[in-house]
Amino acid sequence: MLVAQHITKKFSGVTALSNVTIELHPGKVNAIIGENGAGKSTLMKILSGVYTDYEGRIEYNNELLQFTGTRDAEQKGIAIIHQELNLVPHLNITENIFLGRELTNSWGILDKKAMRRKTRELLKKVNLATEPDDTIASLKVGQQQLVEIARALYTNASVIIMDEPTSAISDKEVLHLFDIIRELRNEGKIIVYISHKLKELFTIADRYIVMRDGCTVDQGDMSTITQEMLIERMTGRQGFGKQQHTPLQQKEEILRVEHLSLKNTLYDISFSLHKGEILGLYGLMGAGRTELMETLFGLHAYSGDIFIGGKGTIINNPRKAMQAGLALVPEDRKQHGLILNAPVKTNISITILQQLERWGVVLHKQKETVLCKDYIKKLAIKTSSENTPASNLSGGNQQKIVLAKWLATQPGILLLDEPTRGVDINAKFEIYQLINELAAGGMGILLVSSELPEILAVSHRVLVMAEGRLTADLPGEAATESIIVKHAIQHN
Amino acid sequence: MIALSKKYPAYLNRFQSLIALLVLCVCISILSDKFLTLDNGWNILRQIAVNICISVGMTLVVLTAGIDLSVGSVLAFCGAITAGLLKNGIPVESADLFIGFTLPGALLAGILVGALLGFFNGFVITKFKVPPFVATLAMLTIARGLTMLYTQGHPISNLGASFSVIGTGWLLGIPVPVWIAGVVVLLAVFCTKQTRLGRYIYAIGGNENAAVLSGININKVKIIVYSIAGAMAAIGGIMVTSRLDSAQPNAGSGYELDAIAAVVIGGTSLSGGRGSIWGTVMGAVIIGVLNNGLVLLNVSPFWQQVVKGGVILIAVVIDRIGNKNE
Repeated sequence: MLVAQHITKKFSGVTALSNVTIELHPGKVNAIIGENGAGKSTLMKILSGVYTDYEGRIEYNNELLQFTGTRDAEQKGIAIIHQELNLVPHLNITENIFLGRELTNSWGILDKKAMRRKTRELLKKVNLATEPDDTIASLKVGQQQLVEIARALYTNASVIIMDEPTSAISDKEVLHLFDIIRELRNEGKIIVYISHKLKELFTIADRYIVMRDGCTVDQGDMSTITQEMLIERMTGRQGFGKQQHTPLQQKEEILRVEHLSLKNTLYDISFSLHKGEILGLYGLMGAGRTELMETLFGLHAYSGDIFIGGKGTIINNPRKAMQAGLALVPEDRKQHGLILNAPVKTNISITILQQLERWGVVLHKQKETVLCKDYIKKLAIKTSSENTPASNLSGGNQQKIVLAKWLATQPGILLLDEPTRGVDINAKFEIYQLINELAAGGMGILLVSSELPEILAVSHRVLVMAEGRLTADLPGEAATESIIVKHAIQHN
Repeated sequence: MIALSKKYPAYLNRFQSLIALLVLCVCISILSDKFLTLDNGWNILRQIAVNICISVGMTLVVLTAGIDLSVGSVLAFCGAITAGLLKNGIPVESADLFIGFTLPGALLAGILVGALLGFFNGFVITKFKVPPFVATLAMLTIARGLTMLYTQGHPISNLGASFSVIGTGWLLGIPVPVWIAGVVVLLAVFCTKQTRLGRYIYAIGGNENAAVLSGININKVKIIVYSIAGAMAAIGGIMVTSRLDSAQPNAGSGYELDAIAAVVIGGTSLSGGRGSIWGTVMGAVIIGVLNNGLVLLNVSPFWQQVVKGGVILIAVVIDRIGNKNE
């Protein structure tokens, strides 16, 4: 039995795991369940030696386990199969399985024959009908996953951790994968299975461990619990308390999306957004929320219709979107929102430089400074001056810069993708307040968030997505955590 | 150096190339009495005028996180075009016609051809997503080949007195090439500091994703920047041709490396988004002074190259140390 006791892990002051204790049983499929950010991945990274610096003890068969790194964890029998597979696409199966632990003969030359023979054995074991010399790139995702499992078998792993193994494979491949998992389980290995898809857990898992906000909430036998109970445990935290909205006076539609589809990502999405409305959009990882936002902002070639203020509009690049009065605060502010080494000022003014030109040529720098100082004050951005590089500011203040640069365009529709991610609690409430003020001023706001309490606290109405489809459109009063989560995972 | 870097003040960082230049000048003037004379000063500036023009274009490209390896060949081709048009015009045999070119006409044609080749670079880079290194490497060869084709491998010489003013003349006590380089520098400084285009150039190099999401037409900006780089190379080509009173088919080979060196010594980051035109001018002057000093001090040409390379390395290392403190 693998036991992790009192594990606590902090990232620069933020607690990701707090006093987590779990038991992983051999000969069982142990499912770990939780919302985004519940701490599942952090825990798995500790178990597989990615993070070596944590508080607490890990014991395997009553022996203390301490890893110096992933390679060490692997040698001690723990293998992890990440959601993003860790294979080199242009090398063949054999080369991938033996990567970093190649067999050599007594001359130090690669023993290709032996490696190929061993690979053939392993492929047979995972029931994969390919040749050892096939390149990874020529395999389907499901087959690649089996190669990863074969690699884990080669290292003689006694603990196999799988992170969302079914997120990218077909139903048929899932059944095949489950067969392999059962076989491994019956050999007495510890299988750790992480998934959002509650339904399949009832098919494959023997035990469950529910995590929430960096703690374990409950663990036990799968047979003793129902889907409803699991959902309740995943979400049953104390919410922020619902904010009191003044109900919408007039229902003037400013954005309508009809049958919007994006190849292999979004399917037939239709909804509308009204003036002064805050529309929450919830979905689990991979549900297509970000893709929907990006599509609305002109980053992808879509099919379907977008109406803005009742007028059909084709949005095929961000400039068109901006002209139509849209603004997008992207999910990852460092990658997509900010020019980190540039000053706060130029980050804010970048969207409206055209309006700051004198005689159509020269930038009116005083006007720019005044405008930026205005936003720094209005949004209470904490910075020593408008010329400080954006990288010097804290996460919350950086996010406010991104908000400022888009508010400067005076948009009618504001798309917010995870606006409070990595932002401290005070800045969070400031941002909520700002969102409310903007909506009260007549802006239509589409808010994507993985944090349910956030969605519930600020939204007039909640949309739920699952696997690229819209699965629910709930009025604020009807939306509760369990109903939303049910719609977010139910789709199959 | 490392210990010192802990308290490396910001203002020192800002003026480090100027300080390096002063130190260099002081050292050379101590070692040679010929260095610190007015004649030698003009001499140095006239020699680096061409490199400054090319480096200014290169700086804009590098600020967008690109690179332009083709400038040396483009320089040769545009020099040859200008010389050829000036001397021979375009004879249209089928119509028994001859199109002659005035001096301004020939100059304009040369610069336009440079801009056009740059435009082609930018088009290939943005439209087909070819890495700038590869696209401009191809242009390096193409433009050199075009030069050979146009000149048939022979220099085009004896281009007239009025043309030679550009490379050798004086105006108000200052050499004409220095005037040209000065105007180019001022225009570029204006463009980078005072205009929307300048901001967009820095934004693209700083974070291309964020630039796209901010509604910047990054393809357009990049094409403009490569076109400017081509035009700058053409201006350099005209100056070289005028100075020699001859368009040499193999003119300008290796000039792209001198330009990149000036950009790098001037503190512009090859990953884009950080740097300045003034820095590049400093870089070009440092290289010019160094070249001149090494010749005055009778250092063997072989050693000259070693020293130049060493200076580039030191400049970049100091820049790295300075940046770590930010």
